[in-house]
Amino acid sequence: MGGRLKITLLLTPALLVLGVLFTGGLYAALVQSLGYLPAIGMTGMSFDAYREVLGREDFLDALLLTVYVAGVSTALATVLAVLAALALRRGPGRVSSVVFQVPITVPHLVAAVGIALVISQTGLGARLAAALGLIGEPAEFPALLYDKYSVGVILTYVWKETPFIALVVLAGLRGVAAELEDVAKTLGANAWQRFWYVIFPVIAPGIVASSLIVFAFTFGAFEVPYLLGEDYPTMLPVMAYEEYRSIELSDRPVAMAINVLIALITAAFAAAYLRFARNLGRG
Amino acid sequence: MGKRRTNAGLAVVAALVALPFVPLFLWAFAGEWRFPDLLPSEWSLRGIVYLVEPGGRVLGATLTSLLIAGATAIASVAVGLPAGMALGRYEFRLKGLVIFFILLPILVPPLASTMGIHLTFIRLGLADSAFGVFLVHLVPTVPYTAIILTSVFAKRTGELEEAARTLGASAWRAFLYVTLPQVAPGVAVAALFGFLISWSQYVLTLLIGGGNVVTLPMLLFSAASGNDPVITSGLALVFVLPAIAALLLALRYLNSGDERELLGVGKPS
Repeated sequence: MGGRLKITLLLTPALLVLGVLFTGGLYAALVQSLGYLPAIGMTGMSFDAYREVLGREDFLDALLLTVYVAGVSTALATVLAVLAALALRRGPGRVSSVVFQVPITVPHLVAAVGIALVISQTGLGARLAAALGLIGEPAEFPALLYDKYSVGVILTYVWKETPFIALVVLAGLRGVAAELEDVAKTLGANAWQRFWYVIFPVIAPGIVASSLIVFAFTFGAFEVPYLLGEDYPTMLPVMAYEEYRSIELSDRPVAMAINVLIALITAAFAAAYLRFARNLGRG
Repeated sequence: MGKRRTNAGLAVVAALVALPFVPLFLWAFAGEWRFPDLLPSEWSLRGIVYLVEPGGRVLGATLTSLLIAGATAIASVAVGLPAGMALGRYEFRLKGLVIFFILLPILVPPLASTMGIHLTFIRLGLADSAFGVFLVHLVPTVPYTAIILTSVFAKRTGELEEAARTLGASAWRAFLYVTLPQVAPGVAVAALFGFLISWSQYVLTLLIGGGNVVTLPMLLFSAASGNDPVITSGLALVFVLPAIAALLLALRYLNSGDERELLGVGKPS
């Protein structure tokens, strides 16, 4: 009874909302990045903004920083998540899922503020170090906020995203046949071999999908580096925002070009990563 | 021995999860807390008074946040429910493409699309308004509600609806009296996470609200950039309350060992 029509009607609201607000927004960003801004009398189309951005040293620094922060955060979160899931998989599932659920629901801003109050030079960590006689003055505690290595930003992301990956891995671990592990053990496989040949193939798709989401998110997220990151270089989303807020309206195409590049890089990374994961699954 | 090790592991994980909340709670009630004291030397309710001050900014911002997040939750479920029904229940051509399109805002940051659409919003008079902010909050929320509800519908066979139709119920009545009550827990979880994702938004609100739409994260951000940990911590605790409440509620809807439901939920940011 008109199945095709029914499916189309059911999908229309979601596709309309995302089509207009998301795809439409990306399209507008693309057009503006080409310098088409009739509202301020710019109607020529060119790649000038891209040429400018790609030639700028602060853009390359920002790109490097963004890849570094997103890469390190994702790698640390993934490793910690797999370890935590392996350690807890025999435990009370409900309790660990509640514990893991907390950082997932807590807003990034709250996480950033809490972590900052732990690791700042007058934070809990520094006070503890002073109590142990390790430091005398706050300034003797290493600067972990607004620093070169983005420690505060990375720690906030690791705290927020590790439980997300861990829950995915925990769910995947339930698909691992206990008998198979026992057989492997009987046949003399050591712990690492059991993990790599029996467990890992089962949980790998979940790890790939969840760490991809984390990488894409940390690559394009704004709040945490805006709050805890250093002033130069900034991560790409912060740079795009600052160009956008510039009083010079002619800076808009530059901001939009950065946006389009962020979108392209995350999309390309996602595609490459998924292909790699698929090959891994076949091999 | 394995069990004891598991419990030790759980304790370590729980402690790490709790760690950032320790200074937040202490600072929120601190009067004086000088370096290198491990605990505040004086306690005070200054932070709490600031939060509940009549005519203060916090109450107004909380109300604005609640309104926008509530509206976003309802709208994103209203949009995500039919999509979830179509994707979870039927097989059709281009289904993979549709799913990819719906999930795209999870991979490509909504910041890019929101900056792009800002000019159009200004022209349409949607910028600087709570309604405009609500609209852009749909971008990060709809993918999640649609995908949560897809998994809810994928688990159902539709046999009950068929029985109802055979007994003479109209399609609409079958949906209302058979489908809806059955998917209600999934709908509630989707709505809660729609609420939370909207509640946590900072930069989309900042861009489209232009400083005229003051939600809680706006106040928290400016406090955190300043130098008053008492106020910052108080605000952070208020800001985290719905997340904790929603978490407890969501967990009640789940049968034990059914974390998969929450999983789809992913990561409200």
